[in-house]
Amino acid sequence: MSKKKKLQDEDYPTTGHEWDGIREYDKPMPRWWLWTFYLTIIFSIGYVIAYPAIPLVNSATPGVLKYSTRMEVREHIDAVNAQNAEIEARLLSTPLEQVAADADLSRFATAGGNSVFKTYCAQCHGAGAQGFKGYPNLQDDDWLWGGDLDAIEITIRHGIRHDADDDTRYSEMPKFGEILEEAEIAQLTEYVLSVSSQDHDSSAVVKGQSLFADNCSSCHGETAQGDREQGAPNLADALWLYGGDREAISHTIKNSRFGVMPAWQGRLTEAQIKQVTFYVHQLGGGE
Amino acid sequence: MTSQSEQPPRLFEGREPVFPQRVSGWFRRFKWWLMGFTLSIYYLTPWIRWDRGVNLPDQAVLVDLANARFYFFWIEIWPHELYFVAGLLIMAGLGLFLFTSILGRVWCGYACPQTVWTDLFILVERWIEGDRNERIRLLRAKWSFRKLRLRVTKWIVWLFIAMATGGAWVFYFADAPTLLRDLLTGQAAFVAYGTIAVMTVTTFIFGGFLREQVCTYMCPWPRIQAAMMDEDSLTVAYRDWRGEPRGKLDKAEGDCIDCMACVNVCPQGIDIRDGQQVECITCALCIDACDTVMDRIGRPRGLIDYCSLSDEPLERAGKPPKSIWSHVLRLRNFIYFGLWAGIGVAMVVALFIRSDFSTSVKPDRNPRFVTMSDGTVRNAYDLKISNQTGQDRRFHISIKTDDPLRVDLQGTDTLSVVVPADDTLHQRVYIFAKPEHAASKAKSSSVRFWVEDRQTGERTHVDSGFSGDVR
Repeated sequence: MSKKKKLQDEDYPTTGHEWDGIREYDKPMPRWWLWTFYLTIIFSIGYVIAYPAIPLVNSATPGVLKYSTRMEVREHIDAVNAQNAEIEARLLSTPLEQVAADADLSRFATAGGNSVFKTYCAQCHGAGAQGFKGYPNLQDDDWLWGGDLDAIEITIRHGIRHDADDDTRYSEMPKFGEILEEAEIAQLTEYVLSVSSQDHDSSAVVKGQSLFADNCSSCHGETAQGDREQGAPNLADALWLYGGDREAISHTIKNSRFGVMPAWQGRLTEAQIKQVTFYVHQLGGGE
Repeated sequence: MTSQSEQPPRLFEGREPVFPQRVSGWFRRFKWWLMGFTLSIYYLTPWIRWDRGVNLPDQAVLVDLANARFYFFWIEIWPHELYFVAGLLIMAGLGLFLFTSILGRVWCGYACPQTVWTDLFILVERWIEGDRNERIRLLRAKWSFRKLRLRVTKWIVWLFIAMATGGAWVFYFADAPTLLRDLLTGQAAFVAYGTIAVMTVTTFIFGGFLREQVCTYMCPWPRIQAAMMDEDSLTVAYRDWRGEPRGKLDKAEGDCIDCMACVNVCPQGIDIRDGQQVECITCALCIDACDTVMDRIGRPRGLIDYCSLSDEPLERAGKPPKSIWSHVLRLRNFIYFGLWAGIGVAMVVALFIRSDFSTSVKPDRNPRFVTMSDGTVRNAYDLKISNQTGQDRRFHISIKTDDPLRVDLQGTDTLSVVVPADDTLHQRVYIFAKPEHAASKAKSSSVRFWVEDRQTGERTHVDSGFSGDVR
């Protein structure tokens, strides 16, 4: 037994606080607690030396470890890129048609293409590639310039009506409002409504058909099924880029339409172009 | 800083050293066995092997964080089945309620790692430095070669135990033999070394130096447990109506001869005769100590014993206490046990009826539908199939709808997919509604996906919806 007499509760003073007759002892803290407190102080000194800590006017003290979250993100990105270097090289050396057969490559191309699409394409085509009026839906089976891998790749590389690129897709429909009479445009509109199986004025169709043969069929084809070589849309199907009702068709005939898409060659890496081509192709409409 | 005088006391006070004396008796023997049992479970479990087939770990108990799998002998838990773990935690909580209601702080006294490891560390201390009186002498002695040798030996053995404790912990998270080899050759991941280091330091400090202070100052459990006890809970107590007034053997009126045996063996450094106190972990060693003394002086055992508050007035009046069973078989305990067992049974049932593959389906929401050039409306779905077995399995996919809608899987002409062993597959599924089908115009119509393993005949379904073109 220790010689020192152990203090009893009543040997301690109280804090002077009292609630319903209950008083609070003013007992000393355990010493380990004090040591823990000192340790936190030592830790904080070390932390201030090692990490960014003291705010300055435009920045903060950098700390001897030169740590920054921005650097950390960069390191993570570099690490992921290094990790992907091998499969990216494999993607570049594999023809696009063979990517789907390789499960790893297909997953890599889809994920990478998704990220490229969300960054560069979604602004016009929508995050789900569902398109909007004037911006084609890439999920459906209706393609202006072709929906196989090669056609999609050419469109992505060279864009549409992108003047800076000599190989860009280019088609131009005349503004028939400056060429045909108002009545002729109305007859033509009725004919286009009829080929797409919509309600129409059948009395105008015969005149409209001859107008179509004279003015439109060289691009849109005899049966209005379109021509992908020239980027002329199919007028007989259920899908309309600028609307398929009487008013919208009449407006298109009069004023023409002129959608554009930038060329991505040079802006995206070769691997990114391949990825996003594969991604668009696998959305459900690829041929 | 305040002065060293007694009034007022210092702001901070060092630990009052505790030198628990060796004791023998029923409780001490039981606790040795329990210590051996619990420590064996902890140290040996990661080394048990369990054959699960190729490409799967053969460790019986393994928390595979990297692959998000928990293996427990024949049971394999995937992240979406985490409710099993939640259920176990709830059972652990209810089990504590039950045991606390019956036996007070029995967890603290017998099974808490802090108690078990401290007990082990005190055992080592006694082996190296001797029993209570020798240890007190050693503490008071000036530093000499002998004192240094004893202290350093003790610390090295403690450190070894502490490292083994931290080491055993990481084996639960990776293949134990491989990890041991990697650890010894310096190949293991930094996080393994870091975890071992933290566990080693905390075990060394908590078991060797902080000991009862962890229970008294750091742990919230004593307060919670104390609040869960009631007057029928059995707890270690001193029968003061029998022991008092205490005194020397030949002069004492009560049975207590004030020999201090109960105080000397106490690892918490308290006097049980002061009554219930928050420091007491009910380790029951004072019962053994007192019984030994009572035997020697020819008095009946049980001056310190497991008692309940409700027995006290009976015993004071000289009547026999209630039976043990009347303390245990109470409504409150039945409710705890019922809840505990109910969850246990429910989990066992869930374990047996769970399918070893699971399915979920997520319809594309952007866009909800796509109209094709012939007016057909198409919906796309992400069908997720998890194969929780060790073999590759082929699953056939079909749908049930009001109209005979066409279904198509991306990337294959068939309506079946192979999901690799122990893997999850995301399959894009298309459903087409022709213009003449009502679904193509309806805002939403129901679709039921059936996923079937034709080899085993197991099948499961998951419901979703088809969005029509309502423009």
